[in-house]
Amino acid sequence: MNQPAVKLSLKDFASDQEVRWCPGCGDYAILKTIQKLMPELDRPRENQVFVSGIGCSSRFPYYMNTFGFHTIHGRAPAIATGVKLANEELDVWVITGDGDGFSIGGNHMLHVLRRNVDLQILLFNNEIYGLTKGQYSPTSASGTRSPSSPEGSIDMPLSPCEVALGAGGTFIARSIDTEAKHLSATVKRSHAHRGAAFVEILQNCPIYNDGIFDQVKDKKIAADFRVEVEHGEPLLFGKDKEKAIVLNRESLSLEVVAAAGNEDKILVHDEHNRVLAQLLAAMGGEGFPIAVGVLFSGSKSTFTEDTSAHLESVRKTGAALEDLLHSGHTWTVE
Amino acid sequence: MQLIRTLGHNNLMELADKQAPERHLDSKELVDVVVRFAGDSGDGMQLTGSNFTQATALHGNDLSTFPDFPAEIRAPVGATFGVSAFQIYFGAEDVTTAGDELDVLVAMNPAALITNLHNLVEGGLLIVDGGAFTAKNLTKAKYDRNPLEDGSLDGYRVLDIDISKQVLSAVESYDLGHKAALRCKNMWTLGLVLWLFDRDRHTIIDSLKAKFSGNPEIAGANVAALNAGHAYGETAELPAGIHVYKIPKAKVLPGTYRNITGTTALAWGLIAGSELANIDLLFASYPITPASNLLHELANRKQFRVNTFQAEDEIAAVCAAMGASFAGSLGVTSSAGPGIALKAEGMALGVAAELPLVIVNTQRGGPSTGLPTKTEQSDLNMALNGRHGDTPMPVLAAATPADCFEVAIEAVRLAIKYMTPVMLLSDGYLANAAEPWKIPDVDALEAFPVKHFDKPEGFKPSIRDSQTKARVWAKPGTPGLEHRIGGIERSFDTGDISYDPANHQAMTDLRRDKIAGISADIPLQKVCLGNEEASLAVVGWGSTYGAIHQAVKRARKLGLDVSHIHVRYIAPLPSNLGALLGKFDQILVPEMNTGQFVKLLRSEYLVPAESLSKVAGQPFKIGEILAAIQEALADSKGSAGASAVIGENS
Repeated sequence: MNQPAVKLSLKDFASDQEVRWCPGCGDYAILKTIQKLMPELDRPRENQVFVSGIGCSSRFPYYMNTFGFHTIHGRAPAIATGVKLANEELDVWVITGDGDGFSIGGNHMLHVLRRNVDLQILLFNNEIYGLTKGQYSPTSASGTRSPSSPEGSIDMPLSPCEVALGAGGTFIARSIDTEAKHLSATVKRSHAHRGAAFVEILQNCPIYNDGIFDQVKDKKIAADFRVEVEHGEPLLFGKDKEKAIVLNRESLSLEVVAAAGNEDKILVHDEHNRVLAQLLAAMGGEGFPIAVGVLFSGSKSTFTEDTSAHLESVRKTGAALEDLLHSGHTWTVE
Repeated sequence: MQLIRTLGHNNLMELADKQAPERHLDSKELVDVVVRFAGDSGDGMQLTGSNFTQATALHGNDLSTFPDFPAEIRAPVGATFGVSAFQIYFGAEDVTTAGDELDVLVAMNPAALITNLHNLVEGGLLIVDGGAFTAKNLTKAKYDRNPLEDGSLDGYRVLDIDISKQVLSAVESYDLGHKAALRCKNMWTLGLVLWLFDRDRHTIIDSLKAKFSGNPEIAGANVAALNAGHAYGETAELPAGIHVYKIPKAKVLPGTYRNITGTTALAWGLIAGSELANIDLLFASYPITPASNLLHELANRKQFRVNTFQAEDEIAAVCAAMGASFAGSLGVTSSAGPGIALKAEGMALGVAAELPLVIVNTQRGGPSTGLPTKTEQSDLNMALNGRHGDTPMPVLAAATPADCFEVAIEAVRLAIKYMTPVMLLSDGYLANAAEPWKIPDVDALEAFPVKHFDKPEGFKPSIRDSQTKARVWAKPGTPGLEHRIGGIERSFDTGDISYDPANHQAMTDLRRDKIAGISADIPLQKVCLGNEEASLAVVGWGSTYGAIHQAVKRARKLGLDVSHIHVRYIAPLPSNLGALLGKFDQILVPEMNTGQFVKLLRSEYLVPAESLSKVAGQPFKIGEILAAIQEALADSKGSAGASAVIGENS
C-alpha cells in the first residue's frame, strides 16, 4: 500500500521551479542527493511532505516535486508535528538551518526531539545567517567577523548534535553536503528510523562563510580531519587508517593515538551507546577529527505511534454527540 | 459635543445607586434572588454552589451562575486574597446574568465577609459561620473589631451560627478526624440554604454518594451534614424576617435542559463542528488561565474525532494546528490574550497560505499578565488588527455560555468553507459562568461535509471556488496533487512564488474581498429586544449580553424607548448593520474595554455611537447599564418623565 504505483526516478522529484541559491552553494549538492535518494526509498511521492522554516535552506521544499510547506522562522518542527499527527502515513521531512533550527526555533527543536515525533530533520549547518546577509549564527565559531559582529562574535557556539542528544533525540547523525554517497546513506538511514531522526549536514556558504569546512571536505587532507563512524567498526582515521580514537578512562575523554600498538584499546563504535555518542558529537578542535556518520541510534516508541494507540483504545466503543449532550444531570420541561 | 463618553466606575456606581433598592426578602414569594457563597479557597464553595445550582435547575427556576475564584492556587487560610466565591441568580423570569446586588450572602469567615459585604443589599440576608470569627481570622481579614458584635451589620438580617460546632456534632458518629469532619461544613451550609429556598436534596445526596463511592464514611458524613443543615432551618428559632422563600418556576420552552458553562459549550461545539464537517480535529494548545479548561475538556473527549496536543508553547500550538490543517484535518488552537499575541505570526501564515484554522481567545484582564482570572473584552482590537500586513480574518464573539456551542460550530463552518483562520472570542466570564441550556436536536444541525480536492488533471494550488473565492484544500497523500505553499506571496494564477507588483495587489485585494464576502453568508443583524426603530439602541458584543438584556428589559418596563442589538459577527459585520443603526437616534455601546467596538462602529458607519466602558475585571451590573440608558434618554427630549417614574418608585 505504502509504495509507489510506478517506479519513480530523480526527475519525478524535481519541481518545475528555478533553483535560486547562490552559485556554488552547498544546498545544490544536498538537493541533488535527496532528489536522487527519493526513488530509492520506494514510497509514494504523494506521501512525501517537506516542511521548512525561513532561511536559504528553507527554500528547499519549493524544488521538490512533493508536498511542501514553506512556513515561518523556526517553526517547522511544530508544523511538521501537526502534519504527522493528522496523518501518520505521511513521510514528513523538516528542512532547517543553524539559525532557524537552533536560534529562533531552538525550543521547538528540543521538544520535537524529546517527544520522538516520527520525522526526518535535516539541519543544513553553514554556521552563518545567509539569507539576511551574513550575520553570525548560534553555531558560528567565537570570533566570527560579520556585519553584526565587526570585532568578532563573542558568543560560544552550540553543537547541534550534542544538543540534539541532550534533548533525548533517538537518531543523531552528521554528514557533509558534497559527500553524496555518505550523505545519501545517512539520510536513507534517518528515513528508516522510527522516531525523530536528526541529521546535521555541514554545508558550505560560498558567499558569507566560505571554506569553513574545507579541512573535512578537501580530499587531500580530509582523512586526517574526519572519522567516519560505522556501528561495530573501530574508530580509525588518517590516509592509511593509522590513527585511532581511544578512551582515557581517568578523565573520561577521548584521545587520538597511533593505531599500531594500541589495537586492544581502540574504541569500537556502538551507535546504541548514548555516552559514546556524546563524546563523538563533541569531538573536534586541535588534533582531533570530527565524527561523521550515525553517532547514535536508539529505539523508543514514537509520539505518533503512542498517540494512535491511545486514540484507538478510547475510540473502541463508539461515541455519539447526542449522548454527550445529554450526559450528566438533565431535566425535562413538558 | 463629546462623542465618546467614558463613564468611570465610580460614576456608574452612583448612577446605579439611584435605582430603588428592592426590599426583596420582606415577602415570602420572590420573583428572583441573588445568592453568593463565599469562603476560604479550601471551604468548598465552588462545590456548594454547583450543587445548589443543580437543585435550583431541577426546581424549575431560570438561572445564571458565576464562580469567582482567586488567582492563587493555595492562598494562606483566612486571607482576603484567598476568598473563593460562587454566585447564582435564579428566578421565575428569564435570567441572563449572575446578578448585581446580593440578596443572600453566605460568608464562611471574616475574609469572605469583608470582601463581599459591600454587594449585599440593605436588608439582605447574611449567613455567617460565627465559629470562624476568631481573633486570628479577624486580624487576617484586617477587622479591628468583630463585626458580629459591633453593630455594623444592623442593616442586614444576620444568621450567625457556629457552623463548625454544628457540623462536628452532626458527623460525630462517623469515623472521621477533626479536620475531615470540619470539611463537611460546606454541605451543612448547603443544607440550610436548600431549606431556605425550598429545594430538593435528593439529587445532591445521590451525587454525594456517587462522588465518595469509594469512601462510605465520608459520603455518609457529608449527607449527614447536609441533612443537619436542612433540619436546623426547619427546627431552630430563627431571627425575625428569616423564613422559607418561594420562587415560582420560570416559564421556559418545553425540552430537555442541562446546565452548561461556556467552556463546555465551546468544546462541545467544536466536537459538533468536526462531526458536521465530517473531519478530524486537532486541538493544539498551551496552558493559560482562563483558557486551559477548554484543553482539559477536549482531552477527555478523544472518543470523538478530536485529538489534543499540549504544545511546548503558544507558537508551537498554533503551528501544530496549522500543520494539521495543511494535512487535511481541522486545526484549532486556543489561548488568552498574551498567548494570542504570541500566535500572531502563525495566524498570518494561515491567512497567507489560505488554510482553515480556528483560534479561540478566552479574554482576560490585560495588558501583560494583567488579571488572569478576571474577565475583560480588551482583545477586540487585537482580534481585528493584531497581525502584520493586511491580514483580514473573520472574528466571531459568543454572547452567553450556551451560545458558545453555536458560535464554535459557526467558526468551524466559516474556516472550512472560506479556507481561512477564524478568531472566536470568549472571555473569562463566559468560560466559567453557567446557565441552563435547552439541548439541541443533533439531527437538526445542518451538516457541511468537507470535500478535499482530488482531481489531478490541471491541478494548481491556486484553483478557487468562484463564489466563495476559497482556495482548494488539496491534502498530502492525494496522488497528483503534489504542490508547495508557504508564506511568500503566491501567484494568483499558479500558486507559485511571485514577487510581481500587480500580483501582490491582486492577492491583497483577494484576501480582503474573500473575507468581506462572508457578510453575504451570515444572518442579517436582528434587534434582539425592542423595536427596530427607537430613541436608543444599546449595542453590545460578547458576554455583556446578559446584563444589557436585563437592563433594556427593565428600561422598557419603565416606558423607555430603547432596544438591544447584540453583534455576533464582528468581522465581517452583518451587511444591514449600518442601515439598522441609522434608525436609532442614539447608540450606546457598553463593553469591558476602553471603547474598542464603539470606535469600529463609528469608523465603519459614521454613527454617533457613545461608549459605556467598564474595565474592572468584573462583568457589567444590570444597574450600571440601566443607569446609563436612563441618563442617555434623560438628555433627549420627552424622556424626563421616565426619570420621574423611577423617583416615585424609590
